[in-house]
Amino acid sequence: MPEAREVLRVADLHAWYGESHVLHGVDFAVQRGEVVTLLGRNGAGRTSALKSILGMVGRRSGSILINGVEAINLPSHRIARLGVGYCPEERGIYASLSTEENLLLPPQVQAGGMPVEEIYRMFPNLEERRASQGTRLSGGEQQMLAMARILRTGARLLLLDEITEGLAPVIVQALARVILQLKERGLTIVLVEQNFRFAMPLADRHYIMEHGGIAHAFTAAELQSKTDLLHEYLGV
Amino acid sequence: MSEIFGIPTQALFGQLLIGLINGSFYALLSLGLAVIFGLLNIINFAHGAQYMMGAFGAWFLLNKLGLGYWEALVIAPVLVGLTGIVIERTMLRRLYRLDHLYGLLLTFGLALIIQGLFRQEFGSTGLPYSIPKALEGGQNLGFMFLPNYRAWVIVFSLAVCLGTWYLIEKTKLGSYLRAATENPRLTQAFGINVPRMVTLTYGFGVALAALAGVMAAPIYSVNPLMGADLIIVVFAVVVIGGMGSIMGSIVTGFVLGLVEGLTKVFYPEASNTVIFIIMAIVLMIKPAGLFGTQK
Repeated sequence: MPEAREVLRVADLHAWYGESHVLHGVDFAVQRGEVVTLLGRNGAGRTSALKSILGMVGRRSGSILINGVEAINLPSHRIARLGVGYCPEERGIYASLSTEENLLLPPQVQAGGMPVEEIYRMFPNLEERRASQGTRLSGGEQQMLAMARILRTGARLLLLDEITEGLAPVIVQALARVILQLKERGLTIVLVEQNFRFAMPLADRHYIMEHGGIAHAFTAAELQSKTDLLHEYLGV
Repeated sequence: MSEIFGIPTQALFGQLLIGLINGSFYALLSLGLAVIFGLLNIINFAHGAQYMMGAFGAWFLLNKLGLGYWEALVIAPVLVGLTGIVIERTMLRRLYRLDHLYGLLLTFGLALIIQGLFRQEFGSTGLPYSIPKALEGGQNLGFMFLPNYRAWVIVFSLAVCLGTWYLIEKTKLGSYLRAATENPRLTQAFGINVPRMVTLTYGFGVALAALAGVMAAPIYSVNPLMGADLIIVVFAVVVIGGMGSIMGSIVTGFVLGLVEGLTKVFYPEASNTVIFIIMAIVLMIKPAGLFGTQK
């Protein structure tokens, strides 16, 4: 049976943290092999959207189809097992685990994950520091580790949250190269970014979020005609 | 008769042995508490009652089913651990988002109920439980007489403690446990079934308490309040070692048992309070405990 083209479809997604209603009916879809960005200012709901897809918020409603499977009522660990990898905004490196333990922590969620040797070829610093405590790595190395550990799992849909935040330009360029390699391998990526210059050349389509909903959507080809929008919502 | 610091060696080593035995139980019980607190953030006040249930489990297995000490060493912890799983599933699960105090109050209430039920049924006098045949007698070491069963308790407790430490610090399963302790939500988002791990961890911690109870049955008499007397000291051990620290619980448990034993030799009046004095000093100097880290 051929694989479905649509990997992720989010429809009328609402989410709450306690009493706080943070997403107000988010709708978007991602096709296989696409890189899609969620852009917007702080507080627009981009991180909450990713966390809601993974079931990491207090309460949510609506529909989240991952490879055709409804995930709105599934717990986080079962959503991950649908083939979803997550790189959190704060990187989520565990202080109580070594670099290698951090790398090997997420279980295989699908066949075809990258072998550890290949990951170490892609991120040689991690191999050199495999025995170091995870949080003793530099910011750039921690970000590499956060990316590397989801590549091992075989996840084909990657949710990447602010992966360039606080990193030196040379590291940001290295991350861009990694994203391009993953795209060439056919992985599907949802990228939450504030660094538009980083996201622009990588993405096929862009969604702009505002007040917990999708305000605008456009393709990479339409980018030139959307400069006013970008200026209004992102200040670029 | 030879003496050390004016104390006959026989008396000194005898007290050190008692200290080590007590230390074995402190270590096993505080280890269970540390494992539970680390992942569940619950101060399990029912631990003493669960230790008592282990001892009663051994007594039941022997007197009702004819199963001896060695079978009890496996069966009683498993059965008591299963009751722990039921408690976690039906009660503790509702409290994880609340302050530690709620878990403490619930488990304190559970301890009183469990102890009350056993006291209602068996009274307060102890029930005898014999040392297994294979471990009867002892060794004359020249400077002291070492009963075989007590040597077994020390060696086996140490093995269980170090095995648990190895499991948590050096294995894949342990890395899941440490990760879930540090950031449960993210760990679950990686595909690890954290709620099931929490349930099993509580069951395991409770089983450790019950194992200590089975081992204690031939030494102390089996009675409904045996855990209530011990648990206060064990909590002091946990505070001194550092809440949630695995190696801290083990080392502190054995060392404080020895300190208590030595105090009985040199200044018996303080033997019941020495651990609490150390706890007060540690709280003033290093509130997170000797091996703990401030959260």
